[in-house]
Amino acid sequence: MKLLVCISKTPDTTSKISFTPDGSKFNDAGIAFIMNPYDEWYALVRACELVEKNVGTVTLINVGGADNDQIIRKGLAIGATDAVRVDAEPKSALFIAKQIAEHAKSQNYDLIFCGKESIDYNGSEVGAMVAEFLDLPFVSYASKLEVNGGTSTVERDIEGGVETLEVSGPFVVSAAKGLAEQRIPNMMGIMKAKSKPFTVVAPVAFPDLAVPVSYTLPKEKTGVKLVSPDNMEELVRLLHEEAKVI
Amino acid sequence: MVLVFAEAIKGQFKKAAFEAVTYGAQTAQLLGSQCVALTLGDVQNAGQLGVYGANKVLNINGAAFENFDSQVFASAIAQATEKLGATVVVLSHTSTGKSLLGRLAARLNAGSVAGAKSLPDVSGGGFKVTKGVYSGKAIATYEISSPIKLISLAGNEIPLKATGNEVAVETLEVSAPASKVKVLSVKRQEGIVPLPEATTVVSAGRGMKGPENWGIVEDLAKVMGATTACSRPVADADWRPHHEHVGQTGVAIRPNLYIAIGISGAIQHLAGVNQSKVIVVINKDPEAPFFKAADYGVVGDLFEVVPKLTAAMEKFKAA
Ligand SMILES: Cc1cc2nc3c(=O)[nH]c(=O)nc-3n(C[C@H](O)[C@H](O)[C@H](O)COP(=O)(O)OP(=O)(O)OC[C@H]3O[C@@H](n4cnc5c(N)ncnc54)[C@H](O)[C@@H]3O)c2cc1C
Repeated sequence: MKLLVCISKTPDTTSKISFTPDGSKFNDAGIAFIMNPYDEWYALVRACELVEKNVGTVTLINVGGADNDQIIRKGLAIGATDAVRVDAEPKSALFIAKQIAEHAKSQNYDLIFCGKESIDYNGSEVGAMVAEFLDLPFVSYASKLEVNGGTSTVERDIEGGVETLEVSGPFVVSAAKGLAEQRIPNMMGIMKAKSKPFTVVAPVAFPDLAVPVSYTLPKEKTGVKLVSPDNMEELVRLLHEEAKVI
Repeated sequence: MVLVFAEAIKGQFKKAAFEAVTYGAQTAQLLGSQCVALTLGDVQNAGQLGVYGANKVLNINGAAFENFDSQVFASAIAQATEKLGATVVVLSHTSTGKSLLGRLAARLNAGSVAGAKSLPDVSGGGFKVTKGVYSGKAIATYEISSPIKLISLAGNEIPLKATGNEVAVETLEVSAPASKVKVLSVKRQEGIVPLPEATTVVSAGRGMKGPENWGIVEDLAKVMGATTACSRPVADADWRPHHEHVGQTGVAIRPNLYIAIGISGAIQHLAGVNQSKVIVVINKDPEAPFFKAADYGVVGDLFEVVPKLTAAMEKFKAA
């Protein structure tokens, strides 16, 4: 079994988000970066479980600069076999997907994993783009995945329910909660990661067709209005007359 | 021309489809162009999309669209886009729309904005759209520079506008690729508005002490016609089903009203709910961080406050 896992680097979930004074760029001063949780906890761990149960390899791919090596090493420590970094600034989803597809097109992967979304741009786009570039099926929001020979069974989260699918042949899957349990890399994994194959490749030329040009922070709440716990009629009145939400 | 894919579930439109058409019609107006709505498969009463501003409604029918396969659906929408010469394509930011947006971008070589929250700014011949980023902690303005622009519209952002009349439905033919995906089953909870679509959400956290106490939360939700949600530790402990988990690593929601009961308001929880229009927090700890993100707060014991709120709601609903 030959698996590919797409990983991205995002600010830690506790990060306080701010931008440069002109609002044009993310301010990364004091920000700790992590592997996107959906990529790490669910996509990567499920891929590792599958090759542990069967036989095979898990390749990591990331599009980014050398400061991403730290999250790639962590992925190798968790259990990936080898890694590829496409050395380019990841400015738009389609550019990133193009780079991943370029790598994957000659590799005959059985499955390509990504997280259901990244917690920075929240686009949920890259997986579907890679699938289209490679002309493969795409199954999003997988919360369960079993592979039997050339056929896979997937449960995917849909609005208010679950859909169960059977997919024949290779496909791209995006991972949601439930697909696997988070793994903390152990000392042996961390040691082994140092000698695992890790290649850096140059990007193929591709334009950025949609990019963020400015950022703002949402309007701050003007302050909470406290209502006495003994006067819930007042809360109901406020929700009806002032907030107009009931 | 603006093409809107109006998605239907079991042949019926949800609010998301009407919102997408409303958005498409308003975008067409900005561009001085027409709005065409596209439906796939057996859809009931597709002509009603005219009410929300579609100048024309097209349907591509066929067994291929009975179940959702992003490859088949994206191929049909892309073919329609090309046949009609559409320059803007609008989808809903739902599990279906999200699976299609990226495919269309790759196929049509088009820039896309996933989860748009505003109409495009087309001044000076540009095309700029805002969307939430960093899990709702910020808003980014995106510029799309390709000839075809793709947008998936976030839910509950654009007020529905019934401005037009029903229109006749015309059919369109495309060639559908063979599907490699077989749907074995679809299970939906009946009678509940799914969280991403809910306009009122009643949510509870670890302050509930245990799953046996959820009756008071469900009673309040029932009176309000609300959908229930929970914090992550509650779902992790199996007190509540996983699909109720909201937050950065759960479902992101944007209802009109979010009532948080016994939830501290950790940054990862807020990330999934901070786009709610109005937030009410019920917590016995006046220092709970959630109060800083709330519009209305009640400092008190939830086991006393929630039944009182339910009673007051009942009285209000009866009046
Ligand atoms: C990477 C990462 C991702 C995460 N993602 C999410 C996520 O998606 N969603 C999420 O929710 N969390 C998430 N978390 C967890 C988050 O940090 C908090 O731990 C969690 O939200 C706390 O849940 P809680 O508010 O229910 O519990 P607690 O923090 O324990 O808060 C319970 C609250 O109940 C109040 N209370 C207790 N008894 C009463 C009473 N009788 N009456 C009134 N109030 C009472 C307390 O004052 C307290 O404020 C994540 C954490 C990490 C590290």
